[in-house]
Amino acid sequence: MPDASFAPTARLLCGWGRAGATSGLVWTPRHDDEVAELLSKADDPGIIARGLGRSYGDAAQSAGGTVVDTTLLDHVGGVDVHGEVEVGAGTSLDTLVRRTLPQGWFLPVTPGTRQVTVGGAIAADVHGKNHHADGGFARHVTAMTVATPTGVHRVSSTRDPELFWATAGGMGLTGIVTSARIRMLAVSTDRMLVDTDRFFDLDAVMTAMEEGDARYRYSVAWVDCSGSAERTRPGGRRGPKVGRAVLTRGDHAGIEHVPAPEQPRAALAAARVPRPHLRVPRHVPGGLLNRLSIAAFNEAWFRRAPARRKNELQSMWKFFYPLDGVAEWNRLYGPLGFLQYQFAVPPGRGDVVRAAIGTLSSRRIPAFLAVLKRFGPSSPGPLSFPMPGWTLALDIPIGSEGMGRCLDRLDEMVAEAGGRVYLAKDSRLRPDLVTTMYPRLEELRAVRRRVDPRGVLRSDLSRRLDLG
Amino acid sequence: MIDALGQPQSAVVLGGTSDLAGAIVQALVRRRCRSVVLAGRDEQRLAASAATASAAGAEHVSIVRFDALDVGDAARAVDDAFAAALDAAGGVDLVLLAVGVLSREREELDPARTAEVVTATYSWPATALTRAAALLREQGYGRIVVLSSVAAMRVRRQNFVYASAKAGLDTFSVGLSEALRGTGVAVQIVRPGRVPTKMTEGLPSAPMSSTPDAVADAVVAGLESGAPVIWVPPAARWAMGLARLVPQALWRRVPG
Ligand SMILES: Cc1cc2nc3c(=O)[nH]c(=O)nc-3n(C[C@H](O)[C@H](O)[C@H](O)COP(=O)(O)OP(=O)(O)OC[C@H]3O[C@@H](n4cnc5c(N)ncnc54)[C@H](O)[C@@H]3O)c2cc1C
Ligand SMILES: NC(=O)c1ccc[n+]([C@@H]2O[C@H](COP(=O)([O-])OP(=O)(O)OC[C@H]3O[C@@H](n4cnc5c(N)ncnc54)[C@H](OP(=O)(O)O)[C@@H]3O)[C@@H](O)[C@H]2O)c1
Repeated sequence: MPDASFAPTARLLCGWGRAGATSGLVWTPRHDDEVAELLSKADDPGIIARGLGRSYGDAAQSAGGTVVDTTLLDHVGGVDVHGEVEVGAGTSLDTLVRRTLPQGWFLPVTPGTRQVTVGGAIAADVHGKNHHADGGFARHVTAMTVATPTGVHRVSSTRDPELFWATAGGMGLTGIVTSARIRMLAVSTDRMLVDTDRFFDLDAVMTAMEEGDARYRYSVAWVDCSGSAERTRPGGRRGPKVGRAVLTRGDHAGIEHVPAPEQPRAALAAARVPRPHLRVPRHVPGGLLNRLSIAAFNEAWFRRAPARRKNELQSMWKFFYPLDGVAEWNRLYGPLGFLQYQFAVPPGRGDVVRAAIGTLSSRRIPAFLAVLKRFGPSSPGPLSFPMPGWTLALDIPIGSEGMGRCLDRLDEMVAEAGGRVYLAKDSRLRPDLVTTMYPRLEELRAVRRRVDPRGVLRSDLSRRLDLG
Repeated sequence: MIDALGQPQSAVVLGGTSDLAGAIVQALVRRRCRSVVLAGRDEQRLAASAATASAAGAEHVSIVRFDALDVGDAARAVDDAFAAALDAAGGVDLVLLAVGVLSREREELDPARTAEVVTATYSWPATALTRAAALLREQGYGRIVVLSSVAAMRVRRQNFVYASAKAGLDTFSVGLSEALRGTGVAVQIVRPGRVPTKMTEGLPSAPMSSTPDAVADAVVAGLESGAPVIWVPPAARWAMGLARLVPQALWRRVPG
């Protein structure tokens, strides 16, 4: 290596779900050429990029192998007149938006946390609440630099589109993105104009989304999975129905939407991006989040939501990142950790969404609020997750009895419906279903054969699911 | 590669002809396991176990031979088993230790038999697990499942040589688990009550008994929950907790 201070450390790594940790050698390059050098020297059992480790499973780790922590590749260029900005792939979306918002530019697509890197957002082709309107993250990347074991490539949707799109959603398996050019979204305030509707069952909210989502840039529903249709309360009253939901939809507010006295504070020059104000203690006992506590939380949350509210002004931080206020909230799940199950199914297969929620609640598997969204058209990426239709995501604590088999059966249902499970969230998918869920996997493999003929780009995820 | 619910795709079984191991392998294959290495002493019995594993759906099954009375050979046997798994599956997700010999009443008068039981139930397993732990550490992850026994919890006249060896192995496994903290390698201990298998053939039934399938289901569920100790049946945990408080004079008269 060029510099003696550039040395690896052995570390135990896991995803946001905190289960399935494996030990690897972590290198933290400061320059693009160090990345290229690591790749050219990589060997068995493999090398993989890691951003901020916000994928839930084992995508950003490689047992016994080399893990490239990208977070020092964090340079941020100036925003040009078209709203384009060149950033290092290790830059977090948090850092990026802090730089650009005062000049009137917001993220074109944002996941539910700002604590992800640009490289991670590209590698998972992440989606936001605006997928039905604006597509995935990679659609807003106008060019990027990808370092591979056979050389460094500057690619775009017109220059080596195969490598560009295989990298978008490719879970790090085509190379390490070192920098990217992103087209930002022009906004004029840090407020959102939001409509909220509460529904007592799943069918009602799904109908409302089918009919109305096209009118909104952002839309998401939070669904309560802890109720049970069968359960009757003492005294014969029926318990809360499966799938009651709160739907929030909206768009960025213009300065004219903000009451005059508020305007100076809503103006972007004064925008303040909040930092987490709470932190979960390091040692949390197991079992804190169980069926009862989760049901109680879901109940309180549902009751707090208004039955119906129109044109409410909300801060964009509350709207996009309700969880970012608490640092390391994943520790709440205790030492066993948790997993997130997220799948997508075609538009006509809302029945799978219903079945998934029904199965989890009837088998008494504790699941926090589920997030339900509609997706727009897929991107050209062969491994990109979004497909037109529905997507449902639920957090489930590990250790509840029968969960593994239950999720295996859900996998089958999803695959049978022509749907797929999101690899950035996955830590347990049935490997035999991967090619059914991602029928274009062979296209990714073809690109890998070209840029990585020795097959050194590997992660625990790619080994577990045979993606290589 | 193992998944977040502890389900292996590649397993090495030390004691590949054990009835309990056979049931566990079948349950693992029903979930995720595709490659199995069976290590044991008898070619024919190994071939039969391999056929059962294949019939259950395992894609690769290979065989490694060893004799648990040859402690000096333990590391070699483990190395060979790992090499076979590396070839077939690229790594080892799970090591299952099922080797053991039950001593019967009155055998304790025979020093040669005592040596055999202790060697096959404690010395060889402890030596083999030491090697397996080192290889898994190098690999960066893995699970070790050790078949201990409720017999290790409180000794009885009938099988005390075996029980003492199991107590040694159980204590060893608890210690190994501690030593491996933070490495990505985890040890889980299974403590079954009596199970009808070829080991217990001819013995009367006892309290806290179960079946090979019940043990297998408990192991799969235990892998999922990560429980450091898996009791089969689950009530054995409380029963043995109590048993340790019972005075010896009374314990002597409890059937089992
Ligand atoms: C609270 C929370 C909310 C979330 N909400 C959403 C959501 O709404 N929508 C959504 O789509 N996702 C969501 N996610 C998932 C998250 O956006 C993705 O997993 C994202 O990939 C994480 O980025 P990261 O920088 O942490 O990457 P890591 O988790 O470190 O890595 C993820 C993958 O990206 C690869 N990778 C990372 N950097 C690079 C690089 N420079 N070059 C090539 N490959 C690279 C890794 O190899 C790995 O395969 C959420 C996650 C959390 C914790
Ligand atoms: N059955 C029970 O009631 C019970 C209860 C608690 C714990 N356990 C434990 O569970 C494990 C499996 O037992 P089991 O019930 O399945 O009985 P089993 O079928 O007799 O299994 C014992 C295993 O050990 C092997 N073995 C014994 N001596 C050996 C030697 N010298 N060299 C190589 N291998 C040797 C046997 O090989 P061969 O097939 O060649 O003999 C067999 O594979 C044992 O550790 C046992 O102590 C059993």
